[in-house]
Amino acid sequence: MPTENLVEIRDLNFTYDVRPVLQGINMDIPRGKVVAIMGLSGCGKTTLLRLIGGQLKPSQGTVKVTGQTISALDQQQLYRMRRRMGMLFQFGALFTDMSVFDNVAFQMREHTDLPEALIRDLVLLKLEAVGLRGAHDLMPTSLSGGMARRVALARAIALDPMLMMYDEPFAGLDTISLGVIGNLIRHLNDALGATSIVVTHDVQESMKIVDYIYFMSGGKVIAQGSPDEIRALDSGFVHQFVHGEIDGPMPFHYPGASYAADLALEPAHA
Amino acid sequence: MLDRSLAAIRGTGHRVVNGVWRLGFASRFFLAVLLHSGISFRRFQLTIKEIYFSGVLSLIIILVSGLFVGMVLGLQGYETLQKYGSESALGTLVALSLVRELGPVLAALLFASRAGSAITAEIGLMKATEQITAMEMMAVDPIARVIAPRFWAGVISMPLLAAMFSAIGVFGGYLVGVVMIGVDEGQFWSQMQSAVDFRLDVMNGVIKSCVFGVAVTAIALFEGYDAPPTAEGVSHATTRTVVTSSLAVLALDFLLTAFMFRGI
Repeated sequence: MPTENLVEIRDLNFTYDVRPVLQGINMDIPRGKVVAIMGLSGCGKTTLLRLIGGQLKPSQGTVKVTGQTISALDQQQLYRMRRRMGMLFQFGALFTDMSVFDNVAFQMREHTDLPEALIRDLVLLKLEAVGLRGAHDLMPTSLSGGMARRVALARAIALDPMLMMYDEPFAGLDTISLGVIGNLIRHLNDALGATSIVVTHDVQESMKIVDYIYFMSGGKVIAQGSPDEIRALDSGFVHQFVHGEIDGPMPFHYPGASYAADLALEPAHA
Repeated sequence: MLDRSLAAIRGTGHRVVNGVWRLGFASRFFLAVLLHSGISFRRFQLTIKEIYFSGVLSLIIILVSGLFVGMVLGLQGYETLQKYGSESALGTLVALSLVRELGPVLAALLFASRAGSAITAEIGLMKATEQITAMEMMAVDPIARVIAPRFWAGVISMPLLAAMFSAIGVFGGYLVGVVMIGVDEGQFWSQMQSAVDFRLDVMNGVIKSCVFGVAVTAIALFEGYDAPPTAEGVSHATTRTVVTSSLAVLALDFLLTAFMFRGI
């Protein structure tokens, strides 16, 4: 990947209590690209996003965004950096005491001195981009899951971020909403000239929209490449994951005592 | 046997360390709230909104309770005072009981159960649904934007609620003592007026209710902020808010009374 990298991750390790979550991660996220980080639930994908956003500090290694090491920033610098980042949370994380309009206007009101009339126009523009201009006076509780995700997306792009992070944007959506969100991620990235990181385990939907894929398992990157390169892999865990095969390198059964021993049909081994 | 004793010692040590750690975290949290309070006053409409939720919406329960407490004081006070032929002191008894003790303490206990529990549940749920994290990711400090306005709203509301509790309580005592039983109205009010000292009684009551406001609101906010982000975590935190803040109010009341009226 010859283009300049917006995010660079080097030898990243993260340990939660004593449990290693990430081990020796190296990643480059080039400017203007949509990059997916895939893997099974619990493989450390969301932790990685939190490390990029500066919510967690690495045990070892560095995360650099626009050349600045995130863990070395003080709170003010970190907040300045975050103003240029947008994050879409898995369930939207909309402020439930505010209307759709106020949710999208939130960052504009907090971080800018724009007059209310201009904020109104900007909010309607953002809502129009996600197709929900007509829903601006609804409360978050009256939105469906897919609509809430789109409002959250409009809120995340409110200040035209340079880096968008999506945490499981496809989880729990119907097939129409899946396509809508997928298209929005791609189109907003290109229209805003942003860079996007999509953390997901939805292979089929994300393969359609991303430029590059990192595969993670057990806290390590085990494969990377363009969607075509990943699809072409014909064995191993990635193949099993991409094609949704039940058994393979990743066993169906969680490790435990033998079935017969659990049913008391034979003595358990010490 | 040795294993069990070791486990017990380890468990005790663990609990003590956790307790001290939590106390330290609570102190740092409280300090952070004070340091990030600027926005609560610069954008006072944020605080006003919270005063509405915790103060104005608590008015009904405060006024109704105050009225009944005053009426009971009127009845019980009359029963006792008439034995000594001192019914005329009923106004003094009702007013002093309310202004010095019952007003601040009962209003704070009611505030803890009505507004404190609501604050904890709200903050806890905001945390569980990642709203607090989302705010941090949008470079908005949740302590300044969410916690501090609620804190100052509680501190401002509490003395006002206590004052209204006492006022309506005195009216309740008047209703029972003067209107129902027939104590002399002039004596009721004039004795009250001469016996209640503004600085010693009223101001000390106001100081008490301010301290209770700080304690109840700080506990409610901390419990919500520290709640594990699960349904069970939020429910436990809400219970802890009511229990801890009620005990804190009663303990603080004893300390404050000892300092104020006994001059220890």
